[in-house]
Amino acid sequence: MDSAQATEEVIRPPQPPGPVKWVRDNLFNNWFNSLLTVILLPMVFFALLNVLLWVFTEADWRAVTQFPLLYAVGQYPRDQLWRVGVGLSAVIFMLGASWGKWGGLLRSISIAAGIFFAVFALLPVQHPALNLSMRFYLGLNVLLLLVGNWIGGQGIVKGLFIIIGWAIVPFAFVFLLTGIKGSEVIPSVATTFWGGLLVTFLLSAGGIILSFPIGVALALGRRSSLPVVKGFSIVFIEMVRGVPLITILFMFSIILALFLPQDSRIDRLVRALMGITFFSAAYTAENVRGGLQAVPPGQIEAAKAVGMNGFQTMLFIVLPQALRAVLPAIVGQFIALFKDTTLVVIVGINDLLGIGRSIINSDPEFVQLQMEVYVFIAVIYWIFSYLMSIASNRLEAAMGVRTRL
Amino acid sequence: MASTQSVDQQSTGIPFYRDERILKIVAQVISTIVIIGLLIWAALNFLRAAEARNMTLTFGFLKEAAGFPISNPPIKYEPSMSFGRAFFVGLVNTLIVSVTGIIAATILGTLIALARLSTNWLLNRIALVFVEFNRNIPLLVLLFILYFVIFQNLPRVKESIVWPGPIYLNQRGIYLTWPRLTETGMIFVILFGVGVVLAIIAYSVLRRRRELSGQNTYYGQISLGILVVSGVLGWVLSGTPFRLSYPELQGFNFQGGLRLTPEFSGMFIGLTTYTAAFIAEVVRSGIQAVDRGQIEAARAVGLSTMQVLSLVIMPQALRIIVPPMISQYLNLTKNSSLALAIGFQEVFSVGKIAINQAGRAVPVFALVMLTYLALSLFTSLVLNIYNQRIQFVTR
Repeated sequence: MDSAQATEEVIRPPQPPGPVKWVRDNLFNNWFNSLLTVILLPMVFFALLNVLLWVFTEADWRAVTQFPLLYAVGQYPRDQLWRVGVGLSAVIFMLGASWGKWGGLLRSISIAAGIFFAVFALLPVQHPALNLSMRFYLGLNVLLLLVGNWIGGQGIVKGLFIIIGWAIVPFAFVFLLTGIKGSEVIPSVATTFWGGLLVTFLLSAGGIILSFPIGVALALGRRSSLPVVKGFSIVFIEMVRGVPLITILFMFSIILALFLPQDSRIDRLVRALMGITFFSAAYTAENVRGGLQAVPPGQIEAAKAVGMNGFQTMLFIVLPQALRAVLPAIVGQFIALFKDTTLVVIVGINDLLGIGRSIINSDPEFVQLQMEVYVFIAVIYWIFSYLMSIASNRLEAAMGVRTRL
Repeated sequence: MASTQSVDQQSTGIPFYRDERILKIVAQVISTIVIIGLLIWAALNFLRAAEARNMTLTFGFLKEAAGFPISNPPIKYEPSMSFGRAFFVGLVNTLIVSVTGIIAATILGTLIALARLSTNWLLNRIALVFVEFNRNIPLLVLLFILYFVIFQNLPRVKESIVWPGPIYLNQRGIYLTWPRLTETGMIFVILFGVGVVLAIIAYSVLRRRRELSGQNTYYGQISLGILVVSGVLGWVLSGTPFRLSYPELQGFNFQGGLRLTPEFSGMFIGLTTYTAAFIAEVVRSGIQAVDRGQIEAARAVGLSTMQVLSLVIMPQALRIIVPPMISQYLNLTKNSSLALAIGFQEVFSVGKIAINQAGRAVPVFALVMLTYLALSLFTSLVLNIYNQRIQFVTR
């Protein structure tokens, strides 16, 4: 009995180090580090102090807080705002359903979104944009999230239906935003009125959804045995990767019209989306090619040996392994795409940054408040990019990238 | 037996629509027709549009007078000069901001990477905050903050901010104290230049001899000696090769020193910090990828810390670092085109002005794209040669 107790004591894990030991190990473990700490500590302290003082006392956040709707949707007609709302709610509902069905990463995203809506629904401030109906709408989204979760979790719908739903929602959303010419219920809204975070999200999501299949196709084309296809893919990929995104955006906004029939007109938002898509596709193609090269030839031979044709081999054997191997690189490319959508400002589209600039220019008083506006915009971009990189890490762990062959 | 069977199958067994050889030819023909058809269709549309809008398709305008000013050109330029000249000025600006940016970003990025690897928790976290901050915000937002918020709100010339150096900051830019060559300075430059060339030759020849013979040829010491001797000789012969030029307030403006315009400063600082964050991650992961056993083995055979770093860690880390570093350098060069948004006039900004002049859109655009393509291809060619030299020699 006694001896058993003693053994238990021996194998007990060591105590976590106390704060004093932690400080000594991490800040003062030799004379050089001690010196560094002594120099850096006051610098960090004063830098943080100044930042906090600026944020809470000096900064004038009027240019941000007065126009929440402008930052969100731009000039989208205020009496048609319900269309954006319905679209957003549809996405939220689908998110809830996916959370219920699959959990994991989707759970974290859903909970974060739910907390975001709940906080704004209950925010104890008086603001003209945050009226009762808006609070009600935000609360409704939380409810939709939970209802979706329940429906997905109860197994009422199959996973396939949720995937089909996800495939339909983006198109329905864009259709709802565009409207029908001459319709009473949803009159058409020109894209010149779209703006803010709405455009940033549409361009990023559209760019990601469209550039991925094109990128995979280009990567396959580059490895194709048909010289024409291969040559075209190589020329396309290398040309696009050799020039800056801004030149491609300009090409689509100015030059493209010259190469199309004279009476055809492509919307400028669509042209910007095309530019972003082709640009991103070339980079995705190179990432995917890396993955394709990493698939051992034995896999393809084995697939052929069990009687799969070329198409089946590619779809069921090669691509799943290739894409999993390069998942981190592809997500990194998507984060870059999200940040790159800011360049559409230069071709005159009012995305989040563009709205910020037009607010600054709208009032001479706000010219002195540029810092606040840009910091606000930077923080929004930062949060979403950072969330994407965290999601990428979790996805990697879940799919066993680099740990499982 | 086997061969006759396969011949039989080829001639009779497989229907033509499942024969891979025939399918390949069909796919080839179809893809060729589609691609060429699209190109012809676009070209026809274009010719019609060109005729309707009276556009030029030739590069003759390069010799015509440009007619627009360029602020602070790095080489002599006036609006009466040709468009070709204006374009060249833009190219020089692109090269200046890219090359200085690449050098500064490499140094800063390496320092940040070392800070990330530090055992000092505080320094480590500061470096992490720097990296995560810069990697997750768009470069354009960073440039807007630097240019519109900081550089445009600097005080007027009379009320310049003075930093030790002295460095003056005001609305017209940054004025640095800068060494300038004196009249006899050329002697130093020439002698030292010859010294550098000789040192490189001595280094490579002696090092090769050492590798072949195994005898110590003191290649490091000898080439360093040549450098020192040529430098000292040049300095003594020329008297004072350099004199510090101090910026001084004369009338309404500063004279002397080195002036960096607000546009260049914003572009340079933005590109440098943004790219440094990415380079820091590249360098850090490269160093961390070196196997710990390698370092322990090097210590075990008695190498000093510096020798471990220069003979064991760096040669292996560089193999991993260089390829992603190349793409960071290319990104920096391409990102310099964002200068358009803050009015620094490099290739793309100059091209943009010319596009707005009637009917030149297509040739100007072709010129801009080809310039960037050439820059990218040239950079990656040079760096890929370097990359091949440091990779493993495999048999």
